[in-house]
Amino acid sequence: MRLPQKRAGLGTSVSAPVPPAASASEPGAGSGTGAVPRPPRRRSLRTLPLHLVLIAVGAVMAVPLLYAVLSGFKSTDQLSGNPVGLPDPWVGANYTGILVSGDFWRLVGNSTLIATATALIVVAVSALAAFSFARFAFRGREVLFTLFTMGLMFPFAVAALPLFLLLRSMNLLDNPLGVILPQAAFGLPMTIIILRGFFRQIPGELEEAATLDGCSPFGFFWRVLLPMARPALGTVSVLAVVTSWNNFFLPLLVFTDDTWWTIPIGVQQFQGQYSADTARVFAYLVLAMVPALAFYSVAERQLVGGLTAGATKG
Amino acid sequence: MASTFLPDKRTGPETDLSPPPTSAARGRRRRRARHWLTAVGFQVPALVLFGVLVLLPILFAVYAAFFRWGGFGMPSDFVGGDNFVRLFQDPVFLGDLWRCFLLVALSLVLQLPFALALAVALNQRVRGRAVYRMLFFAPYVLSEAITGVLFAMIFAPGEGLADELLGKVGLEGLGGEWFADPDMVMATLFLVMTWKYFGFHMMLHLAGLQSIPKELTEAALIDGAGPWQRFRNVTLPLLAPTLRISIFLSVIGAIQLFDLVWVITQGGPDHHSETMAVTMFQYGFKRYQVGYASAISVVMFGISLVFALAYQRFVLRRDLEGATTTMRGGGK
Repeated sequence: MRLPQKRAGLGTSVSAPVPPAASASEPGAGSGTGAVPRPPRRRSLRTLPLHLVLIAVGAVMAVPLLYAVLSGFKSTDQLSGNPVGLPDPWVGANYTGILVSGDFWRLVGNSTLIATATALIVVAVSALAAFSFARFAFRGREVLFTLFTMGLMFPFAVAALPLFLLLRSMNLLDNPLGVILPQAAFGLPMTIIILRGFFRQIPGELEEAATLDGCSPFGFFWRVLLPMARPALGTVSVLAVVTSWNNFFLPLLVFTDDTWWTIPIGVQQFQGQYSADTARVFAYLVLAMVPALAFYSVAERQLVGGLTAGATKG
Repeated sequence: MASTFLPDKRTGPETDLSPPPTSAARGRRRRRARHWLTAVGFQVPALVLFGVLVLLPILFAVYAAFFRWGGFGMPSDFVGGDNFVRLFQDPVFLGDLWRCFLLVALSLVLQLPFALALAVALNQRVRGRAVYRMLFFAPYVLSEAITGVLFAMIFAPGEGLADELLGKVGLEGLGGEWFADPDMVMATLFLVMTWKYFGFHMMLHLAGLQSIPKELTEAALIDGAGPWQRFRNVTLPLLAPTLRISIFLSVIGAIQLFDLVWVITQGGPDHHSETMAVTMFQYGFKRYQVGYASAISVVMFGISLVFALAYQRFVLRRDLEGATTTMRGGGK
C-alpha cells in the first residue's frame, strides 16, 4: 500500500520543518543536492531505537510463521532433534503428501464454494437494502437502520445455539446452505453500513438525469449505481470472503460429517488425527494458511480499507 | 443528500392535518404509498434473512432460557428464572465472567497502548513501513483455528519453539507448561491474542492518525510544543473516537471468544481458560442442557447490550464535555 508523500511527515523525529525537496527520502537521491542542508547521520541515529523496536516486533510476528514453514520441511524425528535450525536434509514429503491427497483439495473447494456463495448473497441483498437506505426517505427508515446496526453488537455466539436448532428443524445440517445463509445474515449489518455510506456519496443529479430519461428506481440502481459502486462492492466482497473462509464455529456446528468440512475444521481434525506426527501437522498448517495469505497480499487495500471503514462507521 | 425518490414533501407523522381529500390529494397519498412500498420492497430480502437467521434465534434463546429443555421437541418444562439463579451460583460461569473481565483489562492496559505506539511509529516516514504494516496485520487474516493449532504446538511443553528459544538464551526457568498450567494458561492465551489481533487495532489507529489534519500538529509545533505535548494534547484527543471503537471491539471480542480457546485448550486445564461461549457450547452441544445453555447466551447478549448502550452514553457525554471545556479554555 503506497501512500502519498504529504501524509508521511507527521514524524516527531524531525525537529524543524524540512523543505519538501529534502523530505523526499529516496535512498541516494539527497547526496547531490548540496543546497538543502540535511543532517542525515543525526536523523538515522535518532530513528535507530525506532528501527530496533520495529525489527523486534517484526521478528515476533514472523518467527512463528517461519518456524511452521521450516518445520514442515523436516521429518518428525528431525524436528525433535533439531527444533530450531534449518532442515537438514530438506524433506518435501510432508507437503507433497498432503498436496497429492484429494482430502486437502476437497476442503479448499468447500471453503471456496461457501465463501463465494456467502459473498454473492450478502452483497446482493445488502446492496438492495443500502440503496433504499441511502436514496429513499420513507417512514420507518431510521428504525430499520438502527435494527441492522444493532446487529453489529450481537456476538455470533449468542445466536449459535438456537440457530443450530433452527437449522436442524429446517434440515439444513450437513448442507452448505446451513453455513452460507447464516453467514450472509450475520454479514448484513457491516455490509449495509459500508455500502450505504458509499451510495450516499453519489450525486443526486445523476439520479435526476436517470429518472428524466425514464429510469425506474431499480433501473437506476442496476444500471447506474452498481457499476459506479464497483470499488465498494469489491471491498465488501473481500470482507465477506475472508470472514467466511476463516469461520470455525458455524461449520463446526453444522457439518457433522466430513463431506462439507472447510479448511479451519480440517486443520483441527488433522491435528487430532496426526498429533504424533508434528512435522506433518506443521506442513498442513502452512498449506492451510497459504490461500488466506495469498488473498491478503492481492486484496490488502480492500481488506484493510473495508475493515477500518466498517469499524469506524459502525 | 439530494435524492429524487423523495415524496413530494418531507412528511412526518403529523401530516394528517391535510385538507379534505380532493382528488389531487388522494393522488398524492397514493403516490406516497407507492413510494413507501418501493422503498421497503428493496429491504425485503435483507429483512427476511436478518429476521429469520439473526433476530429469531436470539428471541428464541431468550424464550428457551426459562425452560428445562434437552433440545428436542418444544420446550415445555417451565422453570422460571431457575437457570439464571443456577448460572450465577456456578463457579465455572462466575470464572468465565472473571476471565472475560481479565482479558478486557489486559487488552486495554497492554494491547491497545502497544497497538497505538506502533501506529504512531508507522505513521512516520520509516524505511520499510509498508512491509511492517503488512506483516503486523497478516495474522489477523489467518483463521483462529489455524492460529490456535500453530500456537498449541509452539507452546507445547518441553518440545515447542517457546521452550526451545528460552532454553537457547538461558531462561529455561521462564518456560513451563504454558497452556497446561492453570496459572499460566490465560497469560499464554493473551499472548496469542495479542499476536493475532494487535495488527488490526494498529490499522484502525493508523487510519485515525491519518485523518487528523496535519495543520493542527504543525500549529502546535510552531507554538513550541514538544513531541510528547503534541501527542498528548493534539493527537490523542483527536484520536478518541478511534480508540473508543478499538475498546468496543476488544470487549465484544472478549465476550464471544470461542475459536481460539476451543482449538487450543477446550477450556482446560480444569476450566481455567473457559469462556462464556465455551461453557455455552459444552452445555448446549455436549450435555444437552439447552435451556441452561440458552440462559448463558442471554447473559452474553445482555452484557454486550448493556455495555454498548452504557458505554456509548457515558463516553459520548465525556467527549462532549472535553470539547466544550477545551473551547472555553482556548477562548481566553
